[in-house]
Amino acid sequence: MNLSSFFQWLEGTAGSVAIRESTLLYPVIETTHVLTLCLFLGMIAMLDLRLVGVGLRGVPVSQVAGRLLPWALAGFAIMAVSGVLLFYSGPVRASGNIFFQIKMILIALTGVNALIFHWTIERRVADWDSDPVPPFRARLAGFCSLVLWSAVLICGRMQAYNWFDKGKV
Amino acid sequence: MNLLPLFQWFEATALGTVVRQSLWMFPVIECIHLLALSMLGGAVLVVDLRLLGLGLRAQSAAELGRKMQPWLAGALAVSITTGILMFLSESVKCYYSPPFWYKMGLLILASLFAFTVRRKVLAGANQPLKYGLTAVTSIALWFGVAFSGRWIAFY
Repeated sequence: MNLSSFFQWLEGTAGSVAIRESTLLYPVIETTHVLTLCLFLGMIAMLDLRLVGVGLRGVPVSQVAGRLLPWALAGFAIMAVSGVLLFYSGPVRASGNIFFQIKMILIALTGVNALIFHWTIERRVADWDSDPVPPFRARLAGFCSLVLWSAVLICGRMQAYNWFDKGKV
Repeated sequence: MNLLPLFQWFEATALGTVVRQSLWMFPVIECIHLLALSMLGGAVLVVDLRLLGLGLRAQSAAELGRKMQPWLAGALAVSITTGILMFLSESVKCYYSPPFWYKMGLLILASLFAFTVRRKVLAGANQPLKYGLTAVTSIALWFGVAFSGRWIAFY
C-alpha cells in the first residue's frame, strides 16, 4: 500500500468523516490548534528573544529555558494532537498541499536547530548564562528558531487557501 | 443607532477595497495578525503564570511585568493595525457576525484591564489572592478575544 492510497483509506474512516462533517468538531479542533499558539509559540518566542539578546535580559538563559520550556512542550503536545486530528479530517487534500509539505519539513528543521543548540553551545551555558547578549552560536539558534517557527505558522495559515490545490485550475 | 451605513462606508474606503480586491493581501495580513497573537500570548502568559506562582518564579512579578510591557504593547499594536486592515476589507460581514462584536467588547475589556488593574497589581506587593484573581481574569479575557476572533470565520 503506497502513501496516497493509505491517505485515501484514512479519509474514508469513520473518525475522519465524523470530524469533517461535524459542524462543531472541526471548528473546535481548529480553534484549539490556533489558540495554543499563544502557549507554544509565545513561550518559544520568549526563549528565542532571550537567546538573541533582546528579551528577558537580566534573567539567566538556563532559567528561561528551564521554567518556560515545559509550558512550550505542553503547548506543542496540544498543537501536535489537534494538528494530527485536523490532518486526519482531510488527509488527501492536506498531504497534497504544498504549504503542508513545506510546513512538515520546516518543523523537522526546527528540531534539528534545537538539537544542535542543545548539543553544542547550550552545554557551556554556565559560561554565558547571565550575559545580556549570548554568544553568536546561541543568538544564531534563537534567530533560526524565530524564523523557522514563524514560517511554520505562515505555512499553516496558507494551507487553508486552495491556491495550489491539485485539480484546481 | 443603526451602524450598518457606517460599516458600509468602512468597507468602501480605499484601504478596505485594496485589501479586498487583492488575492494575497488578506492572507499575508492574517499571518502577521497570528504572529502578533503568538507574541501577545507569550507576553501575557509569562507574567500571568508568574502571578499564579508558575513559570519564571525566581523573578518578581513586577520585574517580569516591566520586561514584558514593551512586547505586550508592541504585539497589541501590530494586532490592532492588522485587525483594522482585515476589518475594513469585510466590515459588513463583521457587522452581521456575533463573534466580531464579542471580540471587540472583550478586546476593550482586556486592554483596559492590562493597562490599569493588572499594571497596578504588578507594581504592588505580593498578595496571593490578588495575584491569582488578576492572572485568571487576564487569561480569561485574552482567551475570549482570541477565541471569538477565530470564530468570526465561522459565524
